[in-house]
Amino acid sequence: MCRLAAIKSKTPVAPILALRMMQAMQKGHDNSGFAMVMQDMGGAFANFKRFPLLSMACTSEGLDRADELLEGLGFTPKFDYQPDVDYSPKLNFRRMPHYVFRNYRYPEAYNVLYDQPTPEQKKLLVETRLKLRELLARDDQGYVYSFWPDVLTLKEIGDPRDIGTYFQLWNEHHWLEARIISAQCRQNTNYQIVRYAAHPFFLEGYTLMGNGENTFYQKNKEFQQHLNPAYVGFESDTQCFLYTLHYVVEQLGWPLQYYKHVVTPLPFEEMSRRRDAEVLRRIRQACQHLEINGPNTVLFVLPDGRMGIVADAKKLRPLVIGHQNGMVVAASEVCGLNMIIPDRDCAADIYPGERETVIIDNKLEVQQWPQ
Amino acid sequence: MATIILPELIPNVIRAEGQAKGGDNGSGKSDPENRRNGHGASPSRASGNGQSTGQSSGRAHTIKPTFVRDTHPIDFPWKIEWNPETCIRCGSCVSTCTFGSIQPSLQRQGQTLSAGSFPKPVEATQVIMAIKQVNDPKHYCRGCGMCEKVCPTNSIHPVQNEHNRFPLVARAGGSPVKRGGRGHIRARVFDHIKVGRISQMTDPSLDAARHTFDLLTPLGRGLPAEELALQLDNGRLVESGWMPPVRWIYPIIIGDMSVGALSWRMWEALALAVAYLNEECGLPVVMSSGEGGMPVRLLTSEYLKYFIIQIASGHFGWNRIIKAMPQMVTDPAGILIKIGQGAKPGDGGLLPAEKVAPHIQAIRGVPKADLLSPPNHQGLYSIEESVQKMFLSMNAAWKFRVPVAVKVAASSTSVAVFNNLVRDPYHIVGGFFLDGIQGGTGAAHEVSLDHTGHPILSKLRDCYLDAVTQGRQGHIPLFVGGGFGDTGDLAADAFKAICLGANGVFAAKIFLQLAGCVGNEKGRCNACNTGKCPVGITTQDPRLVARLDVDAVAQNVVDYFLAADMELKKLMAPIGNSSLPVGRSDALVSLNKPVADRLQIAYAC
Repeated sequence: MCRLAAIKSKTPVAPILALRMMQAMQKGHDNSGFAMVMQDMGGAFANFKRFPLLSMACTSEGLDRADELLEGLGFTPKFDYQPDVDYSPKLNFRRMPHYVFRNYRYPEAYNVLYDQPTPEQKKLLVETRLKLRELLARDDQGYVYSFWPDVLTLKEIGDPRDIGTYFQLWNEHHWLEARIISAQCRQNTNYQIVRYAAHPFFLEGYTLMGNGENTFYQKNKEFQQHLNPAYVGFESDTQCFLYTLHYVVEQLGWPLQYYKHVVTPLPFEEMSRRRDAEVLRRIRQACQHLEINGPNTVLFVLPDGRMGIVADAKKLRPLVIGHQNGMVVAASEVCGLNMIIPDRDCAADIYPGERETVIIDNKLEVQQWPQ
Repeated sequence: MATIILPELIPNVIRAEGQAKGGDNGSGKSDPENRRNGHGASPSRASGNGQSTGQSSGRAHTIKPTFVRDTHPIDFPWKIEWNPETCIRCGSCVSTCTFGSIQPSLQRQGQTLSAGSFPKPVEATQVIMAIKQVNDPKHYCRGCGMCEKVCPTNSIHPVQNEHNRFPLVARAGGSPVKRGGRGHIRARVFDHIKVGRISQMTDPSLDAARHTFDLLTPLGRGLPAEELALQLDNGRLVESGWMPPVRWIYPIIIGDMSVGALSWRMWEALALAVAYLNEECGLPVVMSSGEGGMPVRLLTSEYLKYFIIQIASGHFGWNRIIKAMPQMVTDPAGILIKIGQGAKPGDGGLLPAEKVAPHIQAIRGVPKADLLSPPNHQGLYSIEESVQKMFLSMNAAWKFRVPVAVKVAASSTSVAVFNNLVRDPYHIVGGFFLDGIQGGTGAAHEVSLDHTGHPILSKLRDCYLDAVTQGRQGHIPLFVGGGFGDTGDLAADAFKAICLGANGVFAAKIFLQLAGCVGNEKGRCNACNTGKCPVGITTQDPRLVARLDVDAVAQNVVDYFLAADMELKKLMAPIGNSSLPVGRSDALVSLNKPVADRLQIAYAC
């Protein structure tokens, strides 16, 4: 079982909070990896929020290939941050030769800057990331995690403590800061697992991480691979939950509450008592291969910055939400919350139920939407 | 205690040998007809002399000759063993045998008697009553075992005769062999497949008795989410137009058996069970009518909603159905266009005249005659044409409120058919029923039953994976049948098919077996085509039908469904699923490598 830690804060916070939460929940993971997506950036990237930010780990060859491709497409570097790192040989993690965290200007034809990318820019960014991914996958020259404005991704295999040390993430004040941090540490059940398999996953403004075993992975995957060219990889069964979220909200344009109806449909008996029973039955039939039918808690971040949580229909995986000092924190275990917001009112903690969607909006109000 | 095997009575053998010695090659000179025909024993001649094997004359000392070329019970698939010492001559066996395979006769028997104070043995003869097997192929023993069932002293039973010559004898007269039942194919792929992906610590197994399970499956065309007629209204999705009719049903359907193939009492028992399962047990089981119509009282009742009405190439019964439409108070669960069936693919339905009783004539609107459905729906020569003509007509008949599905025999061409239907532009193909080679039937040519058709599982898998390749899985629900439950484990068979991609299964023969049918795939009984079903299931003879206890049959069927329901849950719980795992082939492993490769599931050993 993996451990999830997510922070949504009014002011930018450093990744040390997520690392500390993971240390508190260490019994639930095996120190085999650490992955994190940061959104609504502060720190070094605060002034470049509208410029696509490339997060990539690669070899020198991979870097050359990526530069060539991006240049060919008309992207030009805007801001490049080379992190100070700790080269200590004792660190237990599989480091890559290059880590790229770089903002780009859009190609000339796309060069307008709004808070959110335009549909054309979205398409360009997704297609570019997929091309980069394919390019670097040849001969295993690197990994491209995200290419999106105001989103930074780090995924490493190894001991989270050492990963933190290498990137100097244990500093209270860091060049990396963000108002939204989603982090996950793995309980690795397969040591052949690749970096792409580490949560959180990111696609077109949507970030998602999960906890548990997707027992309908094969069904999900077989169905999703034809829904959108960006639904690729499937290195992790949790990726399916991201693609379903993206499909329901972005592709179908359905209101967010229908994500819950798709992944954990109501029992037929309960459905039949509702006025919208026919609509729900139609959704169930059309999306029967997108269901989550195992033990999974899913935590996601939407393009507008809202954070959401849904549990499986039997609530077989835990998650708890607490808040204090302008910060809402979600963790797999209470000890994760206690580590960084120990003085909160525990009675106000929320344990998302099996039939609700919990939304943390941008005012940090926590809403519970009954299914 | 000596058991006398009737067909091999010693006096008879001696007599026959005597004839053989005296004749030319045992051809029996004393029989002028035999000489005239100049060939071996024929069933018609054997039937003509009307004699049983052995000395069955009323005159104790007159033994009718039997010739080695005559048909004899040793040629038959079953021989009767009878014990004269325990038999009390009650006659129950003879009166119960519907095939006329045994009859009473008299037999002279030598005895040594002694009377008085000192032993003084005296040879004497006595005439006793014996039970004898008839040697007429028209009355050959089917091995149904009814004689054994009714015998109060366990004195008689059929024994399978592995050295029989019946396939040769039975074709005398130039007619192909016909029978009912399933194809006699022993390979059972289900048994090579196990549910091998068990939730063990990676995720929790569920509790079959405690958790809620959603076992329903759609019957009716599924639309991709993009094409659903939904629109946003105040932040909620609401219907905004017509969408194909869909019924959420139990994933095990009672397959197509007509009133006609079944006795009206048997059909009634199934109908009763279906109504009870729906109304009292909460299991929305539906049943297909088979080709042959339905009783008008049922057509015009509320219970019609539990039935799928079948239309096959003979259109039998549809005159009544159409006339009843104005009086219908509810819609049927669905319409099933039968193109073919797995038991006799490429062949139409067959109801022998023996079973076309007056009430069958009334329901179907036909005279007493062999009722043969054509192998094709006349006028349908392509898939597209079928969709445009039959699917549209049937949809239109119920104003597009009732799902219309199609049933075809599994074939090497099934994927092409399925593929074409999936592309139906009108969204009116509501289900694809694929029937495999091990499907049963009430009457068919044996050569069709045993030698034509396609096993179901690989074809199911092909269809499902083809839909996956196109991203169209679930658009047309796949239902499969053909041998499901033939060992009594319907839930396990159904579960494996569902994991391979089926939305549900249909089964039929197993419900007859629950009613007392003794037929099996080892040649027992299978006389459904004769109208002489010994348990009253596939006959229209009122005396035989009276043997069926309708309420008891309905209860058996209900009980079986309740048990199967729990068994399905007991299979879903260990893999951690509470919804049907349609297409979850990762839950299966095969103990047979070629099967694993063919079905694209993991091989385990």
